[in-house]
Amino acid sequence: MKINPDKCVACGNCTYVCPMSAIYIDPAIGRATINRSECVECYACFNGLSQEHLNPTFVRTLRKVFKLARLRFDPEPDVCPTAAFEPDPLEWPRVVRRAFSDPRVPHESTGVHGRGTEEVKTNDISGRVGPGEVGFTIEFGRPGVGVWFRDIQKMCWALARAGVAFEKKNPITSMMSDVATGTIREDIMGEKVLSAIVEIKVPVARTEEIVRLVWDVENQIDTVVALGVGARCDENGDENAVAPILEKLGYRLERAKTNIGLGRITNAA
Amino acid sequence: MTNTLHRYGPAESFRDDYVVFAMCSKGRNDEGSVEKLRKFLVMALDYRPVNLGDALHGGALRPCTEMNPAAHWQRDTTPDFASVIRDLDAPTTVAAVFDNRPAAERFVSDLRKADLGLSINISTSVDGAEQCCFAAGIPRHSVGYSLGFEGKTEKLPDGSVLLLSTMCGHGMVSHNLAKKMIDWVKEGRRTPEQAAAYMTRFCSCGVFNPSRAARLLESAARGE
Repeated sequence: MKINPDKCVACGNCTYVCPMSAIYIDPAIGRATINRSECVECYACFNGLSQEHLNPTFVRTLRKVFKLARLRFDPEPDVCPTAAFEPDPLEWPRVVRRAFSDPRVPHESTGVHGRGTEEVKTNDISGRVGPGEVGFTIEFGRPGVGVWFRDIQKMCWALARAGVAFEKKNPITSMMSDVATGTIREDIMGEKVLSAIVEIKVPVARTEEIVRLVWDVENQIDTVVALGVGARCDENGDENAVAPILEKLGYRLERAKTNIGLGRITNAA
Repeated sequence: MTNTLHRYGPAESFRDDYVVFAMCSKGRNDEGSVEKLRKFLVMALDYRPVNLGDALHGGALRPCTEMNPAAHWQRDTTPDFASVIRDLDAPTTVAAVFDNRPAAERFVSDLRKADLGLSINISTSVDGAEQCCFAAGIPRHSVGYSLGFEGKTEKLPDGSVLLLSTMCGHGMVSHNLAKKMIDWVKEGRRTPEQAAAYMTRFCSCGVFNPSRAARLLESAARGE
């Protein structure tokens, strides 16, 4: 993403809407500027801000006059008054940032938008997590912190050493040069994304072991982790296998996503 | 739609937050799914959702690429459900957001009868979803628990900001915007509903809950 300096009037609206706080007003040039290292190409600025197409010279003059009178030009907070944001072509490996950060871009590896994975949301027809199994979604960088692939790498190596299987239909797995060792391709280690999910599945008996492993690696990486745990319910709709383990580990189970089992395979074979 | 899973807050804070979403699985039930997904959205209208959306085009409040400057003085914050239904044109995830449990329960019951063949999920408190299933006479199939945020949590803002910003799990509602909106409501520069609408427009799949956001903004502005 870039900001056209001929259009920007430095109103500052975009500095608030950037999820990574990567936009700032550069006092040297009097324009909004993007810190390219921190920008994850999520397009929240370009897609989320409404756009007016005011004349930049007019707006700058207006702002100067207002400033003299100690008044403030105060546009709506979700508007770029001069439509100054312009996407620039992204090349490899920077394009990975957008693939993992802009929810409107489907992941090529899975065809799924957002973070690119179906998890237990379609478990009623995919059978991804079966009885006696537990699926983990280990999400890095959420909310609003972001993550470098080098930190995700540490978790993947630790999980691979523990002998777990990575979900095949997952964008992080598709970025691995060696799935057996959990090694992610080297050329994206210097890329930062808004968030990314590593998915694994293990027998329920390994739940505590995996949680403790995640806790251990969390201490070694410079971001936040959102842990999701998926489990199959029994025929009565109860789930009494995984929840007690999580509660024993100190978690309070406040929120969940519940698949109610109405899906079925309808495609022609 | 993990973007609805990790909303910050205790179970009680989700009393006005029920996200019901439908999706198909690539290669399994995606053929002919667009009309079924559209039917899901149309059915939701009967229960007065506070937001509707699809993951490709956004929600019922969207940013405008050709905004008239006069809109500054009379900004329309009416959700445009018709556009969401009309614009759906490809298999994706669609969502309906409700601010009360009876509406979600009745909608889920209707979905059962409609037998769309799509995977349906409810994202809310564990107990709230169980109640919806119970009311509809459906045993839960699978559950995905949120264990919250861990690791370098010192990088996160305070709870009043997180309650708002995490309603867009894709991270399109920034912490800074949420904080700014709390301040604007506190200063009386905008109403909670107007401030909620600003944030809602950034959510790119329509799962942000403007009703809950307005309640949270009002509480935060009072310092609660």
